[in-house]
Amino acid sequence: MSDEKYAVVCRGLRHAFGGAVAVDGIDLDVAEGEIFGLLGPNGAGKTTAIRLITTLLPAGPGMVEVFGRDVSSHRMAVRRTIGYLPQQLSADGALTGRENVELFARLFDVPRAERKERVREVLAAVGLADAAERRAQTYSGGMIRRLELAQALISAPKLLILDEPTIGLDPVARDGVWERIQEVRRATGMTVLVTTHYMDEADQYCNRIALMHRGRIKALGTPGELKAALEPGATLEEVFRTYTGDQLDEPGDNFRDARRTRRTASRLG
Amino acid sequence: MTHAVPAVPPAGSADSSWTTWRLLPARVVAMCVVELQKIRHDRTELYTRAIQPALWLLIFGETFSRLRAIPTGKVPYLDYLAPGILAQSTLFIAIFYGIQIIWDRDAGVLAKLLVTPTPRAALITGKAFAAGMRALTQAVAILVLSAILGVTLTLNPLRWLGVIVIVMLGTAFFSCLSMTIAGLAMSRDRLMGIGQAITMPLFFGSNALYPIGLMPGWLRVISHVNPLSYEVDALRHLLIGTPGNLPLDFAVLLVAAAAGITAASALLGRLVR
Ligand SMILES: Nc1ncnc2c1ncn2[C@@H]1O[C@H](COP(=O)(O)OP(=O)(O)O)[C@@H](O)[C@H]1O
Ligand SMILES: [Mg+2]
Repeated sequence: MSDEKYAVVCRGLRHAFGGAVAVDGIDLDVAEGEIFGLLGPNGAGKTTAIRLITTLLPAGPGMVEVFGRDVSSHRMAVRRTIGYLPQQLSADGALTGRENVELFARLFDVPRAERKERVREVLAAVGLADAAERRAQTYSGGMIRRLELAQALISAPKLLILDEPTIGLDPVARDGVWERIQEVRRATGMTVLVTTHYMDEADQYCNRIALMHRGRIKALGTPGELKAALEPGATLEEVFRTYTGDQLDEPGDNFRDARRTRRTASRLG
Repeated sequence: MTHAVPAVPPAGSADSSWTTWRLLPARVVAMCVVELQKIRHDRTELYTRAIQPALWLLIFGETFSRLRAIPTGKVPYLDYLAPGILAQSTLFIAIFYGIQIIWDRDAGVLAKLLVTPTPRAALITGKAFAAGMRALTQAVAILVLSAILGVTLTLNPLRWLGVIVIVMLGTAFFSCLSMTIAGLAMSRDRLMGIGQAITMPLFFGSNALYPIGLMPGWLRVISHVNPLSYEVDALRHLLIGTPGNLPLDFAVLLVAAAAGITAASALLGRLVR
C-alpha cells in the first residue's frame, strides 16, 4: 500500500454522518502527476471523500494514505503537501487579494525572505497581479476562484485538491480557472484531484475518472475507456446516466448546497 | 510558478504536541497580522465601538463623581472607573468574537485554515490574540479619553507593558469563552443571544463600577469567580496605583485563558463537521 508512485491511496474509505452513510467503502489510487476526476451527482459523497483525504474529517487508520503517509497519524505532514480549494467561494472579502495569499504563505511557513516575491508570482500566475491591492469583496466569482487557487498554490503543493472549482461560474470564467490549473501543472508536475459534476470538463481535462454514486465508486478509467466500454461513440454524459440512473441531481441533497451558495452570495454582498 | 516542489518532511514525522508548540508563535503572528489589516481597512468599527465607553466615562463617570455615592477612598471616582470601563469594552469586543469563527465556518474559510499545517489549539490561540489586538486598539482610545478627562494615569513603561499583557490575557479568555459558546451553539443568532445574556451579569457582577466590599454577599461570590474582576483589579493597580494583588490577578487570567483555549479547541471540530 505504501507505494511511492501514488499521491493518494484509499482503501475501504467510509464515513457516516450519524446514521447516514455518505462514503461507503471507496478504493482509489491517484497516481503521481495525473489529473484525477471524482465525478458524481449532488449528494454522491464527493465532498465528504475529499474532506476525509484532507484531514478535515477523521479517517480511520489504513483508510487513506497521501504520498505514502497515513492521514490519521500524520495530519501535519500530509497538510504540508496539500493545496485545497473547498466547494464554497471562501476568500476573505475584508482583505485584499495580496493579503489573502500572504496569510496562507504564513500558515505554510514560507520563509519571510521569499514571501513577498512568491506571493507576487503566484498572483501573477492566476492573472490577478492588477487586482492584488483591491479587497476580495470587489472580485467577481471567477476572480475569487483564481484567488483561492493562488492561496492553494502558495505552498507549492505536491497535491492540489479542488472541490467543484468551477461551480456557479460562467463558461469563460470556467475556462480561465482550468487554464491556470493546467499551466501550473505543466510547470510543476503536481498531482490534481478534482471533483465536478460537469461532464464536459471531466472529459476535456481529466486523465482518469471515478464515477461516484451514493457513496460508492461505480466505474473507473480514462474518459476514453469509460465511453468505449458503454458503446462506440457514447458521450461521457451517457456513461454517467447509465451508472447513476438518470439522476443528474438528487432533489433531497440540493438544499445544503443551495443554502451554502446563498450564504456565500450574501457574504460577498 | 516555476518553483520546485518542496521536499516533503521526513516520513516518520507523526503528529506530536511538540508540533503545536513549535508552530504556535508563527500562527499567532499570522492571525494578528490579518486582524490588524482588517482594522486598517475598516476603521468605522473602531469609532463606533468607542462611543459606548465614552458615554460611560462622560455621563456615568462624571455624574457619580459629583454624587460621591460610591466610596473609593482618596481616589477620584472617575480615576477608579476608567480601568473598569477599559475592561468592560474589551469584554464587549471579546464576547462576540466567536461570531467571526461561525462566519468563517459558513464561508468555508475555517475548512481552508484547518487544511494548513495549523493545529487546532494554535488556530484558536491565534484568534484569541487577534481579538486581543482589537482590544488594544480600543484601549488606546479609552485611555486617551480618560487622560483628557483628567484621570491620572501611570507614566511607568513597565506598568504599561503590564496593561498590555493583562488586556491580552483578559481578551483571550473572553474570546475563547465566546468561541466555546460558538462551538456549542453552532449558529450566529444563538451566539448573539447568549452573548447578550451574559455580558451584563459579567459586567455588573464584577468590581468594574464599584468595590467588591459594597456588594451584597451573593454578588460578592459571583465577583470572586468572575475573571473580569481580576482583570479590573490588575488594570486599576497598574494604571492608577490602587492596591491590588497583581500575581494573583495574573495567575487567574493566565489559567482562565489556557482553560478557554483548551475548551474552544476541543469544540472546534464540531464546527467543521
Ligand atoms: N455535515 C454533514 N452532516 C450531515 N450530513 C451530511 C453532511 N455533509 C454531507 N452530508 C450528507 O452526505 C451525503 C454526501 O454529501 P456530499 O459529500 O456533500 O456530496 P457531494 O459533494 O457529492 O454533493 C449527502 O447525502 C449529504 O446530505
Ligand atoms: Mg460537494
